[in-house]
Amino acid sequence: MLNYAVKRLGLSVVIVSVAMLLLFSMIYLIPGDPAAVALGPRATEAMREALRIKMGLDKPVWIQFWNFFASAWQGDLGREVLSDRPVAQVVLEQLPYTLALIASGIIWSVAIGIPLGCWAAVRRSSFADRLVGVLSVAVIAVPSFVIAIYALLIFAVTLRWLPAIGAGEPGDPGSQIVHLILPSLAVGLGWVGYIARMVRASMLESLEASHIRTARAFGLPDRQITYQYALKIAILPTVTLLGVGIGQMLSSAVFAEIVFARPGVGKLVYDAILTRNYPLVTGAVLVTTVLFVLINLLADLIVGALDPRVRSGF
Amino acid sequence: MSELEILDLSVSFATGGGDLQALNKVTFKVPEHRIVGIVGESGCGKSTLIDAILGLLADNGRIDGGEILFEGRDLTKLGAKELREIRGPRISTVFQDPMGALNPVFRVGRQMTNIQYRSGLSKREKARRAAEMLRRVRMPDPEAALSRYPHEFSGGMKQRIAIAMAMMMEPALLIADEPTTALDATLEAATIDLLLELQNQIGCSMLYVSHHMGVIAELCDEVVVMYAGEVVERGTTRQVFLKPRHPYTQRLIECDPARLAGRAEKLPTIPGDIPDLRARPSGCVFAARCSLREEVCGEPPPENVREGHMARCHRAAEN
Repeated sequence: MLNYAVKRLGLSVVIVSVAMLLLFSMIYLIPGDPAAVALGPRATEAMREALRIKMGLDKPVWIQFWNFFASAWQGDLGREVLSDRPVAQVVLEQLPYTLALIASGIIWSVAIGIPLGCWAAVRRSSFADRLVGVLSVAVIAVPSFVIAIYALLIFAVTLRWLPAIGAGEPGDPGSQIVHLILPSLAVGLGWVGYIARMVRASMLESLEASHIRTARAFGLPDRQITYQYALKIAILPTVTLLGVGIGQMLSSAVFAEIVFARPGVGKLVYDAILTRNYPLVTGAVLVTTVLFVLINLLADLIVGALDPRVRSGF
Repeated sequence: MSELEILDLSVSFATGGGDLQALNKVTFKVPEHRIVGIVGESGCGKSTLIDAILGLLADNGRIDGGEILFEGRDLTKLGAKELREIRGPRISTVFQDPMGALNPVFRVGRQMTNIQYRSGLSKREKARRAAEMLRRVRMPDPEAALSRYPHEFSGGMKQRIAIAMAMMMEPALLIADEPTTALDATLEAATIDLLLELQNQIGCSMLYVSHHMGVIAELCDEVVVMYAGEVVERGTTRQVFLKPRHPYTQRLIECDPARLAGRAEKLPTIPGDIPDLRARPSGCVFAARCSLREEVCGEPPPENVREGHMARCHRAAEN
């Protein structure tokens, strides 16, 4: 397992490095002079030149990339334009809000999606199975910001059960959790559908396997066969899917954070783009990328922990 | 006294193209401490028969009639819970595909202790029994094997684990569903020896299903020949192999490559295919492929029994 984890971690470092190269190329290829954008139209040529030297834009491109690459690995993402604070610090301040949002989105989707998928698979072709199928596709099809707006209107504005905006009082976990319910539902509801479909499909496949027939032939209880023997195999593709799906959840989080006026990386990027705060955009995107890669690493490690064949095959 | 007695068992499956009658009035017995072989080509209903005995027919399958008598009870009348009580401790099964027969994500030891859940033994005691059983199937280093996963074993070793699991239950009846088909010839011989040895020690009856005539001849006391879901011939191994009375059995024995003397240009085959089981022929099921076919074969053939040797053929009286 350790061997597998080390190899997989090495692969993650390579992926992040390639992502950095792509991100850097993107900034480099965007037309326009970053210094001119940063200083605005009334700056003099001398001021722009000074900023360019300060930002290292006068050096050859490969040195610029190396500087970006080396300082990023050391956690230095530059300074943001408006307040001159370190980008890393600004992004990391917002990161816990987004992490909490995505984590609770995953909790929703896993806590509802997995039992629903199993339940439907065991009752294959029944009315209940079809109903779960239709509902799953429905929640997948509705965009998360639509769910966010309706959830806001129904539960916060009309029924007044839950707060409408913000992330709750700092230092008060109760209030923070209450403020998380609606946004995380908006982020996670579509994933309830994805996971229910995925778990159902892989459960059906796994219940057909010959080792399930063996387990039945030894008279093991049906519950144990379904929720232990079959589910442990059926869960594997779902974990991988969730790892990849974090990317989509991150983009749903942008909408949820805007609609519910929550702090978070999505809101940060949105504001940074509106104010053309490019270092902040770059930094936030890079942090998101690292987050995405780390979550996929975690997903692969979970799969490795569950499936001995993956560990020895890597 | 018979351990298992199957009487006029008929099973059908509901399919999109109409009902498929997989078994038609199958009748045979497995006497106590005896080994009965079931032989026939793929699709003759061997697997359906096993599923029916175990109560594991697919959702679209249905028992249309007949009885499966085991230890004085008719298994076709039992509920799911009662059948589950019998599967494992009374009737154990070794399946065909050793590669897929074990769950890939649980250690062998866990799978072997899980099936002892009825025993009431402590966890350590269960593990000790599992290791002991692995030793009896000559698994090298049985304690270490318990903590390994199925993919770390070869096909032959996995089949030994499967046999150990089945024998650990000390069943009254062991069903072996082509347990050696996926193994090479050397392993096949070793596995058969092992099955025989354990069957002797435990004193169980065995129902051995195979399409391999040589294995059946070597292993079994009695043979049931199935074709298209019907028993076409039934008798002691000696009777069936020395004096086959049904043309299908005669062809099957001729087609066994092990019987060919010297090199043959072409291996003999039985021309034609199994009939469509959704529309069973009204007469003899083998008539369409039979070289001895005559007009009377359009009528259902009678069971011709002589000295306990049954053949379902109009011309059985001739031989």
